[in-house]
Parts: sequence; C-alpha cells; structure tokens
Amino acid sequence: MTELRQRLYRQRVSLFWWLSKPTYLLFVVRELTSVAVVWFVVYLLLLVRAVGAGPESYQDFLDWSARPWMVAVNAVALALAVFHTVTWFLVTPQAMVLKVRGRRIPGAALAGALYAMWFLVSAVILWLL
Amino acid sequence: MAEITLRVSRYQPETDTAPTFQEYAVPLREDWAILDALNYIKDELDPTLSYRWSCRMGICGSCGMTVNGEPKLSCGTFLVDHAPGPILVEPLRNFPVIRDLVIEMTDFMHKLGAVQPWIIRDETEDDPSSELLQTPSQLDDYKQYSMCINCMLCYSACPVYGLDSAFIGPAAIALAQRYNLDSRDEGAAERLDVLSDDEGVWGCTFVGECTRACPKGVDPAGAIQRAKLVAANEAMKAFLLPKWAR
Ligand code: SF4
Ligand code: FES
Repeated sequence: MTELRQRLYRQRVSLFWWLSKPTYLLFVVRELTSVAVVWFVVYLLLLVRAVGAGPESYQDFLDWSARPWMVAVNAVALALAVFHTVTWFLVTPQAMVLKVRGRRIPGAALAGALYAMWFLVSAVILWLL
Repeated sequence: MAEITLRVSRYQPETDTAPTFQEYAVPLREDWAILDALNYIKDELDPTLSYRWSCRMGICGSCGMTVNGEPKLSCGTFLVDHAPGPILVEPLRNFPVIRDLVIEMTDFMHKLGAVQPWIIRDETEDDPSSELLQTPSQLDDYKQYSMCINCMLCYSACPVYGLDSAFIGPAAIALAQRYNLDSRDEGAAERLDVLSDDEGVWGCTFVGECTRACPKGVDPAGAIQRAKLVAANEAMKAFLLPKWAR
C-alpha cells in the first residue's frame, strides 16, 4: 500500500485557478467587492465621529467628502457594493428555504422580496434626509 | 464513417513521473458517449488504457472524468456534442491519480463515513409492526439530496477542496443534510460536530461550482449554506441559553 501511495501522481491547483472559468472569476470578483462594503462602514464611522465632535468638524467632513477624488471613490465603491448586493441576492434563494403550508416558496419570489425590502429601506432613508 | 480524436491523459506509475497525452481516433457515432469511445479504444486500439465504469447509465457514479476541462460523467457526455474535437479526456481534478484516468478516492470514502449517512434513531419506542410514515411535503424536504450517486464531480469542481483537501466537501455535507432533514432521523446533533468544524461547512466560501457540476441536480452548495445556518443557530443557542433551555 505504501509503495502504491508513493507512486500516486498529485495534481496541483494552479495559482491562477480563478481565471480558468468565468464562474470562478465571478466568485472572486464578488468576494473582492466586499472591500467596498467595508469602506462604507468606515465612512459611516468617520461621519459619526465628525458629528460627535461638533458642527465645525462636521463641516470639515462635508468639505472633505465633496472633493472630486472623494466623490470618485464613493461612486466606484457604490457601484461595487451594488454588484456585491445583487450577486448575493442571486444566490440567497439557494441558501434560504422557506415553506408556507408545506410548499416551498419559489426562489424568484424570495429574491423579489429581498429587492422590495432593499428599495423600501432606501426610500425610507431618502425620505428621512 | 467520420472520426473524432480523443486526447487521453496517460499515467503509468511504473515508468512515468507525470501524465502525458495520447491521441486516439475513434468513429464519431451519434449514439456514442465518451465512455463508449474509451471502451472502443480498450477493445480495438490499446488494451493498456485504464478507467473506471460500471452502469453506463448515470447511476453508479464511477465514470467521472474531466472532459474538455469540465467534470463530467463519461457515460452521459456525448461525442457529437464535442465535435469536431479533439476531445480532451483527463482524470477528475483534485484527486491523486493512480493510473491513466483512475483516481484515488479513499479520502472521499472517509468523509462520507464521517457524516453517518444513514438514519440514526432510537428505535426502542417504535412499534416494529408499523411503518414510519412520511407526508409528500416531508419527503420533499430531503429528496433532492438523496439523488446523490457519489460521483465526486462536485469535489473535482470545488476550488476550496482543490486547495485544501481537509475540507469535508460538497457531497458529504449534502448527504448529511439528506438525513438531517428526514423526519424519521434523530442524528442531527451527532452530525453537527463534524459539520460545524472548521473543515466542515465553514470551509465553504459559496463558489457554487459544485451545484453547476452535479449531474443529478443535488445542489450541494444550497445544502451547505442551509447547514451553515443551522450550525450558526446552534452555536448562538449554546452561547446564549442555559443548558436546560436549549
Ligand atoms: S452531489 Fe452531485 S456531483 Fe456531488 S457526488 Fe453527489 S451526485 Fe456527484
Ligand atoms: S458508468 Fe455508471 S455513472 Fe457512468
């Protein structure tokens, strides 16, 4: 048995495995876009800190946010975060199985509910502003 | 009759240190799967070629190979769908190769056993003369997962398993769920120890390729995410609730 084991040929995964299939690449991009989500959390924390430190620092924060490069960073981050959200909504029905009266709710309905919730929350926040 | 070329991966452990390719021209018959072509090669052209097969009808799960880069059952993948060729035939990825297209699967067998894929139940209270009935809805809960034929195509498609073979992997988790979701089973707590391990469900990053590769529509990726939900729930309960309330 040991002799046989030594003669096994071990296949290796290439460092660039994620380029070998479009679906692998989509997965890696989805994972990388989580960086944009992290950025928005940091941005929110900075905002809270600025508000807590008084009107002057809040004004500074607004000025800083209005700089062209900051607007650009936030625009790109928003696009990435939207991509992240949409790709996750696409796979959520696979992970969530809800049954109503013994029947499984179809995936499209579940994804639809997620989108509805997303737009509802966004609308409420816009109305608050 | 028209012909098609198969480029088949050859590895002879007695003489080779790495696989090489060998080309064979076979008749391009409309009703031939890759497996028929391999049988033709073995019978007519080269008796030294080694590969596994049994049922030739997508039931036994032994004929998995990499066909043009994709994990496939060779009995269910037709030559005409890959014409004009050449068709690249390699062993399943992510497993050590014993010879030619034959891979070593002991690792998968251990993992399968680890999730106890059978009904666990305290039968002392059961009436031996009566059946354990199930409603269609209860059957529906696990039926999809029971379609698994242990072909290992999902392991071959999974980059997580390829990079770290300690990961328990898609089919083992799908089969654990097959029994966890069975209304007659009482073994979910026992299986949770294996599933909630670092090398269990948490190894999965939801690439989803296992589900795309599965020839039986099992959806192991979905099974894993559902198992994650249960594992996370149980961990929260163990953390928050006193023992008697769990
Ligand atoms: S889950 Fe699908 S791909 Fe994986 S071993 Fe079972 S039948 Fe094969
Ligand atoms: S020979 Fe049995 S599944 Fe292909």
